Amino acid sequence: MSAATLPLPAPVATRSSATAEPRLVRWLLTGLALAFLGLFLLVPLFAVFTEALRKGFETYLAALVEPDALAAIQLTLLVAAIAVPANLVFGVAAAWAIAKFDFRGKSLLITLIDLPFAVSPVIAGLVYVLMFGAQGWFGPWLQAHDIKIVFAVPGIVLATMFVTVPFIARELIPLMQAQGTEEEEAARVLGASGWQMFWRVTLPNIKWGLLYGVILCNARAMGEFGAVSVVSGHVRGLTNTTPLHVEILYNEYNFAAAFAVASLLASLGLVTLVLKSLIEWKTRHELARAAALPGERPA
Amino acid sequence: MTSATATLPAPLAPAARRPWRKPSVLPGFGLALGFALLYLSLIVLIPLSATFLKSATLGWEVFWATVSAPRVLAALRLSFGASLLAGVLNAVFGLLVAWVLIRYRFPGRRVADAMVDLPFALPTAVAGIALTAVYAGNGWIGQYLEPLGIQVAFAPLGVVVALTFIGLPFVVRTVQPVLEDLEPELEEAAATLGANRLQTFRRVILPAVTPALLTGFTLAFARAVGEYGSVIFIAGNMPMVSEIAPLLIIIELEQYDYAGATSVAVMMLLISFALLLLINLLQWWSARRTGRL
Repeated sequence: MSAATLPLPAPVATRSSATAEPRLVRWLLTGLALAFLGLFLLVPLFAVFTEALRKGFETYLAALVEPDALAAIQLTLLVAAIAVPANLVFGVAAAWAIAKFDFRGKSLLITLIDLPFAVSPVIAGLVYVLMFGAQGWFGPWLQAHDIKIVFAVPGIVLATMFVTVPFIARELIPLMQAQGTEEEEAARVLGASGWQMFWRVTLPNIKWGLLYGVILCNARAMGEFGAVSVVSGHVRGLTNTTPLHVEILYNEYNFAAAFAVASLLASLGLVTLVLKSLIEWKTRHELARAAALPGERPA
Repeated sequence: MTSATATLPAPLAPAARRPWRKPSVLPGFGLALGFALLYLSLIVLIPLSATFLKSATLGWEVFWATVSAPRVLAALRLSFGASLLAGVLNAVFGLLVAWVLIRYRFPGRRVADAMVDLPFALPTAVAGIALTAVYAGNGWIGQYLEPLGIQVAFAPLGVVVALTFIGLPFVVRTVQPVLEDLEPELEEAAATLGANRLQTFRRVILPAVTPALLTGFTLAFARAVGEYGSVIFIAGNMPMVSEIAPLLIIIELEQYDYAGATSVAVMMLLISFALLLLINLLQWWSARRTGRL
């Protein structure tokens, strides 16, 4: 996923025929690749919007403004508004320590940050049920103090945080490692305080990578299903996030409404893709401009 | 993934004990590391280890009785088998897609490149109902497959389709940069020495991308094993036939069978970690064999 700065190469000048495939093979391979992408990605995406509008625009709109749907959208926004900034602060802190300093146990720490990617979202939900559920480690204490975490909003937030922990850190670590420490050291030597150095030097340098991470993190946070499904309790209008609302509607055979709400999430996915491509284009542009500056590097 | 650092020259420091961290003029190390560790521990590490502790309190008999039940075994087999199959499919088609995107020019290439990330951006539940709609017996694609006797939705094949969808970007995005950095001189040399394109691909290009391909496969596989949202809609969820392990955890939780849910979860984690370790070893071995360590 660290493809943030992966530039597509400029069109290669005609490759010599010895290292290029015959035209027929090229067409065949391109056709096969596009057919695969079409069947697996494009057709399902179109299906969401077609099914959503199958019963007309009125039904579509009605499914979106219905109170339970609005409550679900509201909860999804709330959860993302807590989980994304929390992981943002974590990602910047972790990347700062890992990329700018040398210490023992660094690679272990990087592995641990990646851990949520190797754990099933369902297990991510389960661990919180085992911690805070009625029969969990803290269950009796929480019950005695009338605090609800699991099957309530805090549990949904925690489970979402668990599955999205690596997103921003993973984008920032390689980026900040590549940038090195010279600029920050210069800022310090010139008398900048720690926070001045961070706001004026570090943050401007990492802003695009940071935004990239935030966008991916947000997409996952708003779309998370498995982890949230375990800890939610599925109370309509209270602990139902948007993806869970889609599931309920679908299981009630209310397909038009299910796909209508799903189309909202699919649009979020499309916006994510567009923003992602824009950032990639932007960073590529800046890289190209930096490379075009003469005399910066020794020959 | 850490093997990249191995290409650096040996540290110049004397054999004396290395300090815990190298001194630096930059501030904030303690604060940043402290916060990161605290956050990671509270959100991920402590809850996860609590699960392992919980399974330890169950006792071996309960654990074994749960995970050796036929229904659990069938679910584990399906989860890992379908993930393996999806991983292999993704390795093949992911390499093809990456190759076409890097090497060929055609209209819509940039859009196709951006589309590859759709499975990252599309919520899994949406992917699940969309794939079901497309591959069901009356769906856009399913209606052509059903007369051929191929049932995708509500069958184990549907699980593979959903897991392939989920895993595609992992392979493409890990192979793409490697293919791009591949030096054309190597292929030219192969051509000069009389190799045809297929031979060049097999003997020159494929060995160079194999480590990246394995990494992508591993990531796709790991993601597929735990996947829930996109699968449950298309799978049909018949016990013993098309029921995946994560779903079993949820079913047991709904029956308040916490011991059962924990046992299945721990078993899944153990198999995943063992397989990941194995694949990492394999990758290390292949990197060493081709002299790329």
